[in-house]
Amino acid sequence: MPLPCAGQVWDGRGALLQWNFEMIYNVAIDGTVFRLDLDLDRETGSWRCLLDGREVQIDAVLAQPDVLSIVIAGRAYQIRRERLASDVRIWVGDQSYAAEVSDSRSLRSRKARADSGKGPRPLVAPMPGKVVRFLVGVNSPVEAGQGVVVVEAMKMQNEIKSPKKGTVLKLAVAEGAAVNAGDVLAIVE
Amino acid sequence: MFRKILVANRGEIAVRVIRACRELGIPSAAVYSDADRAALHVLMADEAYSVGTAAAAESYLNISKILEVAKCCGADAIHPGYGFLSENAKFAQACAGAGIKFIGPSAASMEMMGSKTRARQEMEKAGVPFVPGTSRALESVQQAKEIAAKIGYPVMLKAAAGGGGKGMRLVHTAEALQPSLEAAQSEAQRAFGDGEVYLEKAILNPRHIEMQVLADEHGNAVYLGERECSIQRRHQKVLEEAPSLLVGPEMRRRMGEVAVRAAKASDYWNAGTVEFLVDAEKNFYFLEMNTRLQVEHPVTELVTGLDLVHLQIRIAAGEELPFRQEDIVIRGHAIECRIYAEDADNNFFPSPGKIETLLSPAGPGIRLDNGVYAGWTVPIDYDPLLAKLIAYGQDRQQAISRLARALPEYFVAGIKTNLGLFRRILADKSFQSGEIDTGYLERLLKIETDGEDRKGTADVAAMAAAVFTVLESRVTASNNGTGVAGAGPATSSWKRAARTEGLM
Repeated sequence: MPLPCAGQVWDGRGALLQWNFEMIYNVAIDGTVFRLDLDLDRETGSWRCLLDGREVQIDAVLAQPDVLSIVIAGRAYQIRRERLASDVRIWVGDQSYAAEVSDSRSLRSRKARADSGKGPRPLVAPMPGKVVRFLVGVNSPVEAGQGVVVVEAMKMQNEIKSPKKGTVLKLAVAEGAAVNAGDVLAIVE
Repeated sequence: MFRKILVANRGEIAVRVIRACRELGIPSAAVYSDADRAALHVLMADEAYSVGTAAAAESYLNISKILEVAKCCGADAIHPGYGFLSENAKFAQACAGAGIKFIGPSAASMEMMGSKTRARQEMEKAGVPFVPGTSRALESVQQAKEIAAKIGYPVMLKAAAGGGGKGMRLVHTAEALQPSLEAAQSEAQRAFGDGEVYLEKAILNPRHIEMQVLADEHGNAVYLGERECSIQRRHQKVLEEAPSLLVGPEMRRRMGEVAVRAAKASDYWNAGTVEFLVDAEKNFYFLEMNTRLQVEHPVTELVTGLDLVHLQIRIAAGEELPFRQEDIVIRGHAIECRIYAEDADNNFFPSPGKIETLLSPAGPGIRLDNGVYAGWTVPIDYDPLLAKLIAYGQDRQQAISRLARALPEYFVAGIKTNLGLFRRILADKSFQSGEIDTGYLERLLKIETDGEDRKGTADVAAMAAAVFTVLESRVTASNNGTGVAGAGPATSSWKRAARTEGLM
């Protein structure tokens, strides 16, 4: 049985129940936003990666500062990063792209503030999927980063975490419901 | 041979000369300005001496200081590289006066070639062809019409005192000659206080082709073939190659013999280059003689198999040329790209600054004459040439494919470079078929590029950007004990602030 690592939930009989991606980013490449869910096993150096919710087999090693070797489903790329005063550029071969990485939690929370001011913040579905279950009930106190709801997509279960310390104000969907990316799942105040 | 050579230059050419000295077993002494203490040529030389402040006039052009350093350190020869003091006859004279050998021609040869009028007189005597026209001011419209009719339209009117395009008029027909002449004269009068205008045959979209010559101090001179230097931007060469697709063996021989005559007419010795304008009918006309090693000398070295800096040093040491003209064979093809620190997206403005990352190309047929390293700050005070990437192949096709292979291996981060420009040139059909002239690059740059064909690897870039962030947040996490997945040093402070707010 594989050793459990951060973000994984096992049922005690060796079956993986859910996988909570440790790091979720929205990456704008020349203005087009990609969502990246990433996990890195620090012991083995192995990665798990979802690109816009689709699993991609990747392997990545930092060759030297700003130079990355990334192997994507067997295809090898040498990636160079250029950090300019104005922006960050990612070079793939002789093509270069303006890249902006933002922590998706931060983006969500900013969006939430823009939507509804300082008060309640919604938890939104990061990708199309099915609501498996809620981990907390209405009026439960939650810590920032605590799991609130599990959404299954692409046969993978993802824990959606609270953006802030507070109280669950509302559960917006029913367990078992199909949701689209951006749908509000719960509201934390 | 010399006891020690002082290299009175900086950047890639100083490194180039220092390497040659080491190969010949001669100790080298570098000089540097305050801005160049950490420059690559200082790191590579056997000895290094400060010669003044960053301003070139106070350091690399400071004749008395450089000679003082040469005497103190025991150098008995000075290699001037190109630029700076390399074509300064006074410096060559001062070296001779100080008993130090100047590795280059005599001051007298430099003076003669440095004066346009004297050079023209001597060159015409030696039978060197010039663009047909009058070398003196036109006296009347009638005279202008007669000369224009004789040499054929189009003709160019040029201000005798001129420069920078002022007082110049291109004239296609006899009818247009009088108004153009009057306009040119009044413009010249206003711009230079001298209304004298002369007339030349207009060479439209000429090629710029130059001939390398090498002469010893015993009267022997040879030519080493031509370099095609038509790819220029604002009179600055960008890409050079040898041989030229336009020049066959017969034309090479004729151009070479003219170049050798020009060298002999000025009692020239050491390495020199005769520049020609070449028209569409392959007529070539003398432009000027550069009395020094050229930036683009490596392409000639690759196709002749000779080391021009070794030969310069041997000639200066009094040796005879070790070969004759019939021993010179041009073999294969070489292309040089001048890598400048400049912003191609911003009108090619110089882009000095710290080089954060430097990945250099290598492998078969690739030569990199480089003057910089990662971590070094390119100073704002000098020419922005960082390096020269030169490819050699058995033919032009192979040289192009090797360059095209090497360019993506080359990566410079922290400052902007013109590397992207070479990808464009190499991919261009006109370049590939050799249809180039001095207007080629400006025409190419006017063509809008479509960014759409570059979207193929955007998803790869996205994954890479996120992976960089994860790998760096891991370092951050282990360093400061927080487990927060930050975006590392790459993110701007507003982004960090936004994240902090988001985690409140």
